[in-house]
Amino acid sequence: MTRTIKFTLNGEAVSAEVPPHWNLVELLQNRFSLNGARESCGEGLCGCCTVLVNGAAVSGCLYLAAFVDGAEVSTIEQSAPGAGLDAVQEAFIARGAFQCGFCTPGFVLMARQLLDEKPDPTEDEIRHYLSGNLCRCAAYPEIIEAVKLAARMRQDRKSTADRRR
Amino acid sequence: MAKTAESGPVGRSIPRLEGQAKVSGRAEYVHNLRLPGMLYGKIARSTVAHGRIRGIDVTAALAVPGVHRVVTGQDIRAIIPHPYYGPAFHDQPILALDKVRYAGEPVAVVLASDPHVAEEAAGRIVVDYEELPAVFDEVEAVTSKAIVHEVLKPAGTFPDLKHLQGRKDTNVALDFHLRRGDVERAFREAAHVFEHTFHSQQVLHVPLEPFVSVAEPGEPALTIHTASQSPSFVRIEVARLLGRPENRVQVKVPYLGGGFGAKLYIKLEALVAALALLTRRPVKIALTMEEQFYTLTRHGATLRIKSAVSRDGRITGRRCDIWWNGGAYADIGPRITQKSGFTAAGPYDIENVHIDSFALYTNLPPAGALRGFGIPQLVWAYEGHTDMIAREMKIDPVEFRRRNILREGRAQATGTLMRDAAIDKVLERVAARMDWGKPFDRGSGTVRRGRGIAIGFKAVISPTTSVAIVNLYADGSCSLYSSTVDMGQGSDTAMAQIVAEVLGVPIESITVVHPDTDVTPYDMATLGSRSMYHMGNAVKLAAEDTRDKLLALARELGLAAETTPIPDIFRKKYGMQAGNIVGTGSFVPSYQSPDHETGLTENATPFWMVGATGVEVEVDTETGQVKITRLVNVADVGRPVNPAIVDTQLSGAAIMQMGFTLFEKMEFQAGQCTNASLAGYKIPGMLDLPPAITNEAVDAVQITGPFGAKGVGETGTFGVSPAVANAIDDAVGVRLTSLPLTAEAVYRALRAKQGKPLREE
Repeated sequence: MTRTIKFTLNGEAVSAEVPPHWNLVELLQNRFSLNGARESCGEGLCGCCTVLVNGAAVSGCLYLAAFVDGAEVSTIEQSAPGAGLDAVQEAFIARGAFQCGFCTPGFVLMARQLLDEKPDPTEDEIRHYLSGNLCRCAAYPEIIEAVKLAARMRQDRKSTADRRR
Repeated sequence: MAKTAESGPVGRSIPRLEGQAKVSGRAEYVHNLRLPGMLYGKIARSTVAHGRIRGIDVTAALAVPGVHRVVTGQDIRAIIPHPYYGPAFHDQPILALDKVRYAGEPVAVVLASDPHVAEEAAGRIVVDYEELPAVFDEVEAVTSKAIVHEVLKPAGTFPDLKHLQGRKDTNVALDFHLRRGDVERAFREAAHVFEHTFHSQQVLHVPLEPFVSVAEPGEPALTIHTASQSPSFVRIEVARLLGRPENRVQVKVPYLGGGFGAKLYIKLEALVAALALLTRRPVKIALTMEEQFYTLTRHGATLRIKSAVSRDGRITGRRCDIWWNGGAYADIGPRITQKSGFTAAGPYDIENVHIDSFALYTNLPPAGALRGFGIPQLVWAYEGHTDMIAREMKIDPVEFRRRNILREGRAQATGTLMRDAAIDKVLERVAARMDWGKPFDRGSGTVRRGRGIAIGFKAVISPTTSVAIVNLYADGSCSLYSSTVDMGQGSDTAMAQIVAEVLGVPIESITVVHPDTDVTPYDMATLGSRSMYHMGNAVKLAAEDTRDKLLALARELGLAAETTPIPDIFRKKYGMQAGNIVGTGSFVPSYQSPDHETGLTENATPFWMVGATGVEVEVDTETGQVKITRLVNVADVGRPVNPAIVDTQLSGAAIMQMGFTLFEKMEFQAGQCTNASLAGYKIPGMLDLPPAITNEAVDAVQITGPFGAKGVGETGTFGVSPAVANAIDDAVGVRLTSLPLTAEAVYRALRAKQGKPLREE
C-alpha cells in the first residue's frame, strides 16, 4: 500500500510513491538515489541523516516520508547557485574537517544553518549548535576551525557583493 | 621529470584527495549500494548467552507476505560443509550450528526484497534452547566448568597456536609467556615491591557506517562488496570456505564510514556469499547500530602488575599477568594477546621481566581489534602502576619515568634492541608542553585541579606483506593500485603523495584505485597502523620501478631521460597516445618469531610506535564529575608524510580514547547487552571536547620507513586513560583502577577516602 506525494526536491518539482512507514532517508535513497543523508543511529542522535524540510534541519531517520507532501526538501546534494561548492564546503576542505566523511553532510547542513542564523558565532556557540552531530573519527577540532573560516569567507563574499551594488 | 625531495609533496599538508566527494555527500560507501534484483537479509539472533539449539521454528516467518526465503546454519552446511571461519581459530560458524555461545549470535536469516518485511519476519522466528551454564568474567573463565568451545580449532595461520590443536575442556584460547632474567630474585632483593590490579571494560568501535556487505553471484567470480579493512583476507577466507581458487572470489571496497579495527577479517562476508549462492541473487546485509553491539567489541581485561623497585627509583623487575576477555569467538584476540604481550611491561628498561598473557573465551559478544590492539588496556595498567609507585616514593612522576625509560640501543623485554623509538624525546616534549616544571595550582574550593601524564608504546604487528602497482599512462597521468583501505585516515592521499614525490609528477595527475582484488594486489590488511610503513614502502618501490622503467625506455629511444616530457616518450615508442608502463613493489619486513617458552626474539617488530598524553582536569568534589581542561598528545611518528593528517590522527585517536576513559561501557545482564544504542552508550560529542587540545609529532625519523615515516593511527590512544586517572589522583588523592572514570566512580572513591563510603550497588 503506497501513497503518492508531491514536493520540491533540491529546487525541482517531483512526485513519488511511498509506503506509509518509510522515513525520509529511505525516500531519498530508494526513490531518488540521493545517499548524502544516511541512517546511522536510527534514533535521531547522530545527525548523519540531516535533511532540510521547509528550510529547517530535521533528522531524516525520524521523519516520515509522507510528511514531506507539499514541502520543500533540500539535501546536501543541492549545489550552491551557479557554483560547485559553497563557503562551508570549501572551508571544510581547507581545514580537513572530515575523515571518513560519513557524518560530513550533516555537519555541513547544520553549519550552514548556524551561519544563516548567526553570521559570526563564538566558538562556544559553534560547539553547542553542532552538539547534535556526532563524529566518531572525532574531527571536531577541525570542524570548529572550518566553521570559523566559513563565517569569515561568507562575510568577505557578502562585503564584496555589497560593494558591487 | 626528476625532482629533489624538497620540492615534492611528501612532508606537506596536501588537502585530502577525496574532499570534494565527502563534503558534497557523493562519496561511495557500501551502505549506499543497491543492485537490481537484490535481496535484503535480516538476522534473527540468539536470546541466550549459552545454549544448545533444540529447534528453529520458521513457520511464522515464512508466512509473512513478501518473504523470499529463511536460511539457517543447516542450509549453509549444504553448500559449505565446514562453515567455520576466523583469522586465528576456525571457530566461528556462519550461522549458529548446534549451539549458541553469546546473546546476539546470528541464528537465522530472512531474505526479502523489502528489508522491513525481512525484519518483521525475523522477529517471528522462534528458537528452542536448552540453556547451558555461562561464564562472563575473564579470570573466572580460566577455571570455570562452563566451557565455551568443546574443542579448540586453530586455523593454522599462526604457528604459536599449533600446540592448542584438539585441546578440550578449556577456555584458554592462547597463552603468551615472556621470561627474561629472574623476577622472583628481583622481588626478594628489592627495596620496594608494589602490586596493583586494574580492570578495563568492554567497549565498542561504533563506526557511524555500521557493518554492511553485499554479495553478487557471477561468473567466473562471486563478487563481494564490503565495508572491510581487509579485502585480501576476505577473498582468501571466502575462497577457502567455498573451495574455490582465489581468483574466483572478487572483493571490492569503496570508502569506509569508519573502521577502527571493527571491519576486519570476516564479519558478514561469508554469510552474504553463502546467501547469494543459495538464492542466485545479490544479497545485502546492513546491520543497524544496535546490531553492532552483537558483532564485535574490544576486549575487557584484568591486568595485574607487580614491580620491584630500588631505593633510587629504578624498576629492577616487573611481572604482568593479563587476562583478556575474548568473548565467544576468538576473532583476532589471540594475536592481540601475543603481540601486546611483547610490550606489557611498558617502555621501561627492566632487567627481569615475567609476562603471562591469556586470551579467554567467555559467553559475551566476540572481542577483536580496536584502535590500539590491546595496548590501551596495557598502558592503562602500567602507567597507572608506574604513577602510583612514583607518588608512593615521593618522586616526581616525570622524573621517575626519566630514570627508567628505554633508550636507543637498549634491549626491550623481548630482547629486541630499541631503534628509532624516540621515547625520551616524547617524554620530554609532553612534559614541556604541560609546563610540568612550573608550579600548578590545585585549587582549594569544591572544584580541584590536577594534572597527569602517561607514556606508552607499541610494537607494530609483524610479519606482514604489502604489494602495490603504479600504472603510468601515455598522457603522463597515472594510477596507484593498492588494497589499503581509506577509512578516513587519509591513506589515499598519503600514498599518492609518495607516488608524486618519486615520479616527480603533480599529485593531481594521480588517481588511487580502491581495493578490488581483481585489480589491486595483496595487502595483509589496513590495521594496527601498519599501512604508512608497509604499503608506503611498497608504493615507493612500485613508483621507483615505474620511474626506472620510464627512464630506461627513454634512454633506449635515444631521448634525454630526465627532461623529456612523459607523453613524448610514449609517443616515440608507440607512434601515438598508447601504452602503459607498469611498476610493482612488494614489501615484507624481516621478523623473528618469539620463542614459545620465553617470548624472546631479537627482531620483534619493524618499528615502534611511541605516544604520550598529558592532561589537566577539574574534579568537582561534590559530584565526582571530571572535566578535561587541557589535552596534550605527543608522538613519535617518524617524519610525517602529511603533517595535517598526522595531527588529526593524534587528536582523533585521543578523543576516541577519551570516550573509553570517561563514559563508554557495554552493560550486560545475564550476557545480554542492555545499552545497545547511542542513547544508552554515549560516544564523545562536541561538548565533551577539552577546550585546549595540542598535538605534536616530535622531530624523529624512521630510517627504514618511506621518506622516514611510520604509522600513527593508534598512537594517540595509548596514554589517555592513565593520564586522566593520574590527574584525578593528583587533584583529589583518589586512585581509580577500573574504567570508565565516571562521576559516580570518582564520587564513590572520594566518599570512601573520607571514611563515609556509599552503599555497594
